[in-house]
Amino acid sequence: MRPVHYYRCMRGIVWREALRFLNQRGRFLAALVRPLVWLLIFATGFRFVLGVSIIPPYQTYIPYQVYIAPGLIGMILLFQGMQSSLSMVWDRETGSMRTLLVSPLPRWYLLLSKLIAAVIVSVLQAYVFLIIGYFWGIHPPRWGYLTVLPALILSGMMLSALGLFLSSVIRQLQNFAGVMNFVIFPMFFASSALYPLWTVKQANEKLYYLCMANPFTHAVELVRFALYEKFNHVAFAVVGGCLVLFAILAIVGYDPGRGLIARRQGGE
Amino acid sequence: MLQVNAQTEDPGAAGPSSREAPPLVVEGLSHAFGKRQALRNVSFQLERGDRTMLLGLNGAGKTTLFSLITRLYNHRGGSIRIFGWEIKRKPSEALARLGVVFQLPTLDLELSVAQNLFYHAALHGLPRREAASRLKREIERVGLTDRLRENARTLSGGQRRRVEIARALIHRPRLLLLDEPTVGLDVASRQFLLDHVRMLCREEGLAALWATHLIDEVDDEARVIVLHRGQILAEGPVPEVIRRANAKSMREAFDNLTGERLE
Repeated sequence: MRPVHYYRCMRGIVWREALRFLNQRGRFLAALVRPLVWLLIFATGFRFVLGVSIIPPYQTYIPYQVYIAPGLIGMILLFQGMQSSLSMVWDRETGSMRTLLVSPLPRWYLLLSKLIAAVIVSVLQAYVFLIIGYFWGIHPPRWGYLTVLPALILSGMMLSALGLFLSSVIRQLQNFAGVMNFVIFPMFFASSALYPLWTVKQANEKLYYLCMANPFTHAVELVRFALYEKFNHVAFAVVGGCLVLFAILAIVGYDPGRGLIARRQGGE
Repeated sequence: MLQVNAQTEDPGAAGPSSREAPPLVVEGLSHAFGKRQALRNVSFQLERGDRTMLLGLNGAGKTTLFSLITRLYNHRGGSIRIFGWEIKRKPSEALARLGVVFQLPTLDLELSVAQNLFYHAALHGLPRREAASRLKREIERVGLTDRLRENARTLSGGQRRRVEIARALIHRPRLLLLDEPTVGLDVASRQFLLDHVRMLCREEGLAALWATHLIDEVDDEARVIVLHRGQILAEGPVPEVIRRANAKSMREAFDNLTGERLE
């Protein structure tokens, strides 16, 4: 297998993911409507309940919808990461995962290609959201649209790697409801996506530390700072570290020798 | 002879000794899930042009064997060599020469027939133009050219299977694995698949391993491996296996060998 084979293989996987996404109109709409509902309704309703003081990276008082915009971008990345994990579980149940894994290319590379495909789709969604958000008063600096890109990619990869790892552990498809309850909701609510963490600290110190330990918080903060042309070192380190960790766990999960798949086929 | 012995000392480490390496050699293969022994010391070999039916009841270990040959997970003991390449050590070389039709339907129903085939070609690193000409040929041979642009969802079960065979052949493997490919198909589709694979073996020298629990699919021209509770009870050309089992038909031979009745 030469580099050109690697390239064609990844191109094929990304192309399939994009086709699937575009073909499933419902999924495309749902992915877009979800954060917009939060932005257009929730944020408007909460505008006068929560006052947001001046915290970095913002330099002035900001309306609530401006505060939660990066959190909602995080939500897009989180859902997309879990959705691709759902599709992996689904793929495995229906058997099309098998067609992927009999490719002669190394398995880690196939997983990496899956990951990159998922991230490309979620980054595109994030930009569509930002464009719509522009008409709702979310005006980050012009260069922010560019500086946010690496943060979106890194955070997206971290969350997709988490999804991939989960997909190697979760056996049944119907467990996605469980993923919603036990992964998506706790990660989303116990983070800085909806409220600044200093308010959490005032309310409950334990919850504050929980939020700080949540990799999703750091993904949101990385995006928030990057959108305002700033670099958050801590968030970068945590997101990068988690990406490596989750990627290793996913590769081990799909390893034909050690992996969980190998141990879980006893029912056949 | 000496040279052959020297080769078997380190099978698959350096790759095939010559271009004549057999399509599939399984030696002393054992596998267990926890305490349950799924395969016990399984050995057999496929030669070029061989059409071998792997006959066994459900739970005999057929799917486990296929999972090991396709390296879904690694085997614990023994060896599997595809054209001389040991699957554990040289998975890439081995998998590149292998075509598979899985038991479960594996077409992506969100995509068109052509898109499914292009996706598979990409997984094997084929350039798009070459993939286009190859998939045209393969889809023509299964008689579905006019359905190429259609969504896979619109195809019947038998048609989907035919697309899956076409797909398995796009990267031109010399060894084809089929895991109970006719389950749930009507008589005509089943016959089509049997005839198609027979033609591939006879005219193109493809080696095929076809797992089934349907005794009607085992014809006299094929070879058969009787797998029962993870062990091979008999192997060889069908008439020979029937004779050795002191039986008149394959069905009787199976019953005699296993002490169980096949549907």
